[in-house]
Amino acid sequence: MTALTSPVAKPPRSARTRQRRLSSQAVWSLSLVTLVIAAFIFYNQILPNLADSVAGPVSRWAPITAINECLIYVIMALGLNVVVGYAGLLDLGYVAFWAIGSYVGAYLMSDFIFQLKDGIHIGSSTTVRTLPGIHLSFWAVLAIGAAVCALFGILIGFPTLRLRGDYLAIVTLGFGEIIPQFFTNGDRIGGLNLTNGTRGITPVDPINTGYLSNILGLPRTVGLSPASLPYKFLFFSVLAAICVFVSLRIRGGRLGRSWLAIREDELAANMMGVPLVKAKLSAYAVGAIFGGLGGVAYAEHVGGALADSFKYSNSIFVLIMVVLGGMGNVWGVITGAFVLAWINNTGLQEFGNTFNGWFGTHVEIPSYNFLIFGTLLVLMMLFRREGLLPERRTQQILREPARTEMESVGSDVEAGQASEGDEEPEQSPEPARAAP
Amino acid sequence: MTEATSSTSQRGKQGVQPLLDLTNLSVNYGNIAAVQSINLQVHPGEIVTLIGSNGAGKSTTLRTISGLLRPRAGEVVFEGRKISGMPGHDVVKAGICHSPEGRRIFQRMTVGENLDLGAFLRKDATQVAADRENVLTLFPVLRERLQQKAGTMSGGEQQMLAVGRAMLGNPKLLLLDEPSMGLAPVLVDLIFDTIEKIRDQGVTVLLVEQNALAALRIADYAYVLESGHLTLEGPAAELLSDESLTKAYLGG
Repeated sequence: MTALTSPVAKPPRSARTRQRRLSSQAVWSLSLVTLVIAAFIFYNQILPNLADSVAGPVSRWAPITAINECLIYVIMALGLNVVVGYAGLLDLGYVAFWAIGSYVGAYLMSDFIFQLKDGIHIGSSTTVRTLPGIHLSFWAVLAIGAAVCALFGILIGFPTLRLRGDYLAIVTLGFGEIIPQFFTNGDRIGGLNLTNGTRGITPVDPINTGYLSNILGLPRTVGLSPASLPYKFLFFSVLAAICVFVSLRIRGGRLGRSWLAIREDELAANMMGVPLVKAKLSAYAVGAIFGGLGGVAYAEHVGGALADSFKYSNSIFVLIMVVLGGMGNVWGVITGAFVLAWINNTGLQEFGNTFNGWFGTHVEIPSYNFLIFGTLLVLMMLFRREGLLPERRTQQILREPARTEMESVGSDVEAGQASEGDEEPEQSPEPARAAP
Repeated sequence: MTEATSSTSQRGKQGVQPLLDLTNLSVNYGNIAAVQSINLQVHPGEIVTLIGSNGAGKSTTLRTISGLLRPRAGEVVFEGRKISGMPGHDVVKAGICHSPEGRRIFQRMTVGENLDLGAFLRKDATQVAADRENVLTLFPVLRERLQQKAGTMSGGEQQMLAVGRAMLGNPKLLLLDEPSMGLAPVLVDLIFDTIEKIRDQGVTVLLVEQNALAALRIADYAYVLESGHLTLEGPAAELLSDESLTKAYLGG
């Protein structure tokens, strides 16, 4: 039966629905690819040749760096969406993976480890061939960053396995503080300079395009120069597309189904045979992998790993993207990430300038960003709790609450008080369900 | 009454290994002993009921069997293999499916998705499809509601879904925790009839109930649990016919 292979498709609506869904997905992906290519051509070929009167506003309202940053936020938000949206585990320390990814990128693509006089050069561009330190290919570093983050995701996940709700949030919050603090203060650990402290590690090598430059005619290196930004946009788009693809596929599969079950009711999921430890750790790991990819990309984007950029507020910012966009829905999360990241890095500034220009005022609109995001969040929660593009399931619940929701809450309370008082896992001495 | 059903029981026959064997099982919540040193056997093909009032430790016993709690002492043996201490999903893999107290269906998922999750660990697609068909035949109302969100169904329907979902795990032993809780008498009868049908399909059932009379009518063997201790056991028919017992323990 179809329901076995895909939890979304139900038996009676079988093959035809699936076909329709597949073709609609194909249409979606094709149009996105077209959009990316069009944007690339526009920024690479057309924009530099346009008259200033046209090019000016475009590069002020939608500069390519801002769009690159948006793409990195898309990757981040998709990663957090796996943890929060799919598996329902509230993670307030997601910035930790971002930081780890960035620093892995910086360690492996800079002369920070200058003690290696001759340096280790694997797949790096010719411009850095003579430098000391480790210089690996950007693509290899992506994989390594993802792997390291997956490992940290599991390490951080382990102590949180038995926690739920508020407690889980607090512990993840702690990790989200500890790791960036380590990078900030890691320049004098036992006399060793491990992280270069607040100065951060900079610069990182430009992306070496290698064979791609021969085949596709790309420049040999893609770094921070304005001319290489459209190419970076292309690379980040590919990364984001991979994350979208993985998000969609994994959700329809067995793992996605087990996450959904855990999100709904952990105990019942376990009773159905969902291995809680494995499922939760893999949610953390997948989320962390996306975070690692985003982190390495971010190191390329800003040209280094700067400890100051990994603040608690960034975890919240990414979380807001997920919530505003529509928790659990990939397209919603992408929209949320893109819109909010753009507002933050460009929109507010430009709105402010326009506003000040019209009214002759001098209001620093961007400095009110968190006031504005907060207000936005409050308004969303009041009027559209399910997010901009909600997941079908969430929308249903919020629009038409289950008739027995109250009943079942009542019966839970009853069961907890009346029978053995064993409803709450906290009361049981050895809750085997979350034991590794 | 129950002569016909008790004939399927292999209890008392020499050399027959019980399907499930609890020996000196004790479970604590912190310092509070919920279940103390109970011995309970379930033989293949039986409906065994564990009855008792609120707080007697019935659900605790079931939860310990299905690996959600760990015993303080004693052990749970299933098909000759010790399963106490195993994580919950391995217990399901071993062939014990649990329809929990309070149903705990996935409210926000459709009935169909709930049933699919019941078969989460199984990879034999054709057999799952057949079992699904079987469940939908046992509970025809579920078939009409496959697309409906489970949380919008009535209590009785949700209970049927909870039992059906557990059945899709292809259990050798089905643990049912208070399937009659909060249901109208008509529905209680329906559920209990279906439990008998399930037993007739070869699934062994361990039924926890407060509704002792209804449970004893369909059960082969019964245990009475009182504040953590087993105080009485015997063939269900005997317990049912013993008037003083029914008065004293079962409020009959």
